Amino acid sequence: MLEELEQHYRQATAALAASEGREALAAWHRDTLGKKGSIYLLTRNLGALSAEERPAFGRRLNEIKAHLEADYDQRLAEAEAAALEAQMAAGALDVTLPGRRPAHGRLHITTRTLRDIYRIFGDMGFQVYRSPDVETDEMNFELLNFPPHHPAREMQDSFYTTTPGVILRTHTSAGQIRAMREYYPDPIRVVLPGMCYRNEQVTARSEMQFTQVELLAVGDDISFADLKGTLTDFARRLFGADRQTRFRASYFPFTEPSAEMDISCILCNGAGCSICKYTGWLEILGCGMVHPVVLRNGGYDPERYFGFAAGMGPERIAMLKYGIDDIRQFWANDLRFLEQF
Amino acid sequence: MRVPLSWLREYVDIDLSVAEVAEILTNAGLEVESVEYLGLPGAELEWDRERIVLAQVLRVEQHPDADRLVLATVDYGAAEPKVAVTGAPNLFAYVGRGDLTELRLFAPYALEGATLYDGHKDGRVKAKLKGRPLRGIYNDSMLCSEKELGISEEHEGIILVRGDEIRAEEQGSRGAGERERADRGLPPAPPPPRPPALPAPGTPLQDVLGDAVLEIAILPNTARATSIIGVARELAALTAKPLRLPGYDVVAAAAGAGRPPIDQRVVITTDRPDLNPRFVALLIEGVQQIASPYWMQHRLRLAGQRPINVVVDISNYVMLEVGQPNHTFDYDVLRRRADGYAPDGPVRIHTRLPHPGETITTLDGAERKLEPYTILVTDPAGNLSIGGIMGGRESEIGPTTTNVLLEAASWDFINIRRSANALDLHTEAAYRFSRGVPPSLALLGAKRAAELLRLLAGGTIAPGIVDTYPDPAPPVVIDLDPVYARKLSGLDLPAGEIAALLRRLEFVVEPAGERLRVTAPDHRLDIEGPHDLVEEVCRLYGYDRIPSTLLADTLPPQRRNVALEREERLRDLLAQLGLQEVWTYRLTSAAREARLLPVGQPDDRPYVTLSNPPAPDRYAMRHSVLSSVLEVAAANSRHAPRIALFEIGAIYLGSEDGPLPDELPRLAIVMTGRRQVEDWTDGAPASFDFYDLKGILDALFATLHVPVTVEAAAHPSYRPGRCARLLVGQQVIGAMGELHPGVVKGFDVRAERDQAVLAADIDLQALLPLIPDSYRYTALPAYPPVREDLALVVDASLPASAVEAALRAAGGALLRDVALFDVYAGSQLPGGKKSLAYHLTFQAPDKTLTDADVSRQRGRILRLLEQQLGATLRG
Repeated sequence: MLEELEQHYRQATAALAASEGREALAAWHRDTLGKKGSIYLLTRNLGALSAEERPAFGRRLNEIKAHLEADYDQRLAEAEAAALEAQMAAGALDVTLPGRRPAHGRLHITTRTLRDIYRIFGDMGFQVYRSPDVETDEMNFELLNFPPHHPAREMQDSFYTTTPGVILRTHTSAGQIRAMREYYPDPIRVVLPGMCYRNEQVTARSEMQFTQVELLAVGDDISFADLKGTLTDFARRLFGADRQTRFRASYFPFTEPSAEMDISCILCNGAGCSICKYTGWLEILGCGMVHPVVLRNGGYDPERYFGFAAGMGPERIAMLKYGIDDIRQFWANDLRFLEQF
Repeated sequence: MRVPLSWLREYVDIDLSVAEVAEILTNAGLEVESVEYLGLPGAELEWDRERIVLAQVLRVEQHPDADRLVLATVDYGAAEPKVAVTGAPNLFAYVGRGDLTELRLFAPYALEGATLYDGHKDGRVKAKLKGRPLRGIYNDSMLCSEKELGISEEHEGIILVRGDEIRAEEQGSRGAGERERADRGLPPAPPPPRPPALPAPGTPLQDVLGDAVLEIAILPNTARATSIIGVARELAALTAKPLRLPGYDVVAAAAGAGRPPIDQRVVITTDRPDLNPRFVALLIEGVQQIASPYWMQHRLRLAGQRPINVVVDISNYVMLEVGQPNHTFDYDVLRRRADGYAPDGPVRIHTRLPHPGETITTLDGAERKLEPYTILVTDPAGNLSIGGIMGGRESEIGPTTTNVLLEAASWDFINIRRSANALDLHTEAAYRFSRGVPPSLALLGAKRAAELLRLLAGGTIAPGIVDTYPDPAPPVVIDLDPVYARKLSGLDLPAGEIAALLRRLEFVVEPAGERLRVTAPDHRLDIEGPHDLVEEVCRLYGYDRIPSTLLADTLPPQRRNVALEREERLRDLLAQLGLQEVWTYRLTSAAREARLLPVGQPDDRPYVTLSNPPAPDRYAMRHSVLSSVLEVAAANSRHAPRIALFEIGAIYLGSEDGPLPDELPRLAIVMTGRRQVEDWTDGAPASFDFYDLKGILDALFATLHVPVTVEAAAHPSYRPGRCARLLVGQQVIGAMGELHPGVVKGFDVRAERDQAVLAADIDLQALLPLIPDSYRYTALPAYPPVREDLALVVDASLPASAVEAALRAAGGALLRDVALFDVYAGSQLPGGKKSLAYHLTFQAPDKTLTDADVSRQRGRILRLLEQQLGATLRG
């Protein structure tokens, strides 16, 4: 009897090894360990055994059943893994095909540049103050110490409206007096952004309409040294921590002393290249200490108060940062241009 | 302003490279925009030091076989002279005159292998000099013309110069400057470096005529740098070197028979000392109209002036050197005119404003109308010149002029600027006078020019000077507080150092208690107050040496800019919703914008219009942002398959309340083309339609928490039946819809046949204040929802919004959500009906709903909708 059991065990083991795939394994299980399977049928012969033989046979039978079940489970797991493997292999993709890109929108490069400027100066306590595009000659020129017919006016060719004394602002400095008159006698730190207009030939380098950001700080303890430090910090945050700045004397009717700030060329780091015309420097903004006449026109006593102002062009900043060679692109709004930012 | 470095060296010692000079001047506010080199390294044509040299012409002989060629024997510094074959016409006069050594004739001389410009070709074509026979005589060197060296376009003859004309030599007395220096307490200047009287043959031409010309940008406050001496003064101060001024002494003829002093022959008066503060005149007689010496011609050319003859050249030279424009009258013409009004009296010159209708014929031959404020130089016989701008034709000097009345005057700069602009006459004189020429220069310039006319043109200076200066400008005296200087600059300098820096620029500085009493030199017109002095101190100290500090001043009260914050939030949301932002021109025309209103609808607010528009179709500030965005959409429609744009910006509506218009923020959206970018997976994407735009607006307003309702509307810009009004409560905040085909055509938006052009135009002035800063959150439900679908049949004309509103009202608090998922109208329904199918979500905040609860709710909804809208359940 025991002999017969061992033979069944050997046969069942061989049959399991020969069964491939989930269906064959299921059939083997049915035929071997199922209710009518070969091993089960052996248990019916238990009654023919003597009382002495019976326990040993029973023990061995249970052992064999357990072994076969375990072997079956392992074979089934292997078969399932192989089937999954094959299924996944059949589903391989060409991962180099282009993806399905969702259509999405973007902000205009000028908006992005303005936000960079707002953020950096915002961290230093400057807040955005806006003033009108269509301005009085008084705000744009006279109160900023540009007398009528002064040669300084030739620096900025204006668009005149048909209303006498009303022009399109040529610079956002026009908002200086408005901010001072509104905030007097508080100290002031404002950023004045906006659209400006100049009657210039439209070329790759100059536009009749452009954005500008003016910076104005007024208080009783503000010096040219503060101007240098603030603007140098700004340049380093915008263009990189290793940027050098250079301040050189210049002229604006509404500041004294006045300066132009250059940064070390962002392309060649000052070594000289075609972008910086081999000077190593890029002109980035005009600045200076608020002229006493302007302080007085804004309501602040120039004996007690000091201030600095700076003006910069977001387009110029973006042009340098991204290597844009034509300012007209900012207004042409060609999607092939806009979608690059 | 073009400044040749060699000319600058006459007044200041320079021991720096050209690049260093350029940097020092640039940092101090005299921006060197470019440096142009002549002959030196860096020039387009660098003169070979070995092969392009100065030669002395020793002998000129006729070429034996050619009428038009001569043989010039030259000494070029080598042991033996050499013969050059040349056709230069200006050598022909010397043929057969034997030994020319005593004439000291010099010329630039190039040897084989030198690179020059080809004199026979147009433009500047480089060519290497090669030996070749010329009519039988081998030639491997040449005497050069200006064109061949790149000095000018002149190629009629070679440069042939008497040795003493190569360099500036005796140009007038020196020493007057020394007296001025002594007055200011300055040490005497060392003598200028004198070159050898005659440059030796063989000297590289680089060292004789080579130069570097600085192009300096002149700002409105640097008019003092429109002269070589002005620039030299700055450079001297910046490099702490002494300034050498030319002599301003005049050697006049002895008074006596036939040479009466000028004040007996010329009287000068003015009506308007405010416009013409000073008028200086000298009379120079017996002037010869010859060419000016070569050094003067060379300097003028380097500075950008064309040499004419000695009288004109001296006038220009003094203007460039001293900065004082001056004018030369033919004295005989003035005398002849005087014979008409005062045969026995002096010439009477008078400056005045024009008579009504008065015109003048200027020396360029044009008859010019005059503005009432344009000041004239006149005599009783009529006008002579436009003061400070241009001479008149009749009294100008001509080829036969021998007696010259020299005028050096000062004029009010604003008035000159206005007049020059009105006349559109932008002469060199007007350029300087319109920026300000100090009255002190009039006397210096007049004397300098007179003395040069005596020395270089053989003139005799009549005794005396007429100097009409009725109200001399008082000196500008400013008290400078070193504490103020420190507060303004952030630079802590002792008073002594401040004084020393200012003295370098010829300010007179005396201590006055704690302060400094500073007197500005009379050549500075730009010094008005202590702030100007601080700038001078900073410039000389060096902006780069001033410390850099961060703001330590009180932080101002921090104020929000709510309008900007909300605009920026809108920009972010619209970009997130798939729209590309644009920024457009704000100048437009009424006609461009009228394309939005094909059936015509006049705008009731006036445009802001320009009196000097840049183009006929850009004369007005826009009334519509949508119009601007449509123009962008049209331009992109030629190449872009998907267009979804927005702009947030101002419109400008003329106001009756004041001179400035109302600037009102608007949002415009334009969408057309494909919904998605086409890709390989799904074939061509569908086109944008009305509900794409509607969905974006629904999402936008929902995110902003602004309860916007939409109702059908009619608007001439939009297609009838596909236009909606956007409302918040009763307030209209904008319009949206599919644009009218006439508008699409008017803007030439290239839409495919099935593609609509969608647009929205929203009034942000109305919308922005309605955006809440904060809102209440809704707690997440604790009990499960029950979902039911409900299809209702209603009249086709009933707006969906009415059905949804009725559903929500009838559903009460338990109806948590209503979502339309199908709209059907067709053969399965009676005519004039449509079916709207909704997912309804019921949920209670405090319990799990039972079937009975939901069934009750559903019954109530059906009952009420039937009563209110005639709706029936779709079977």
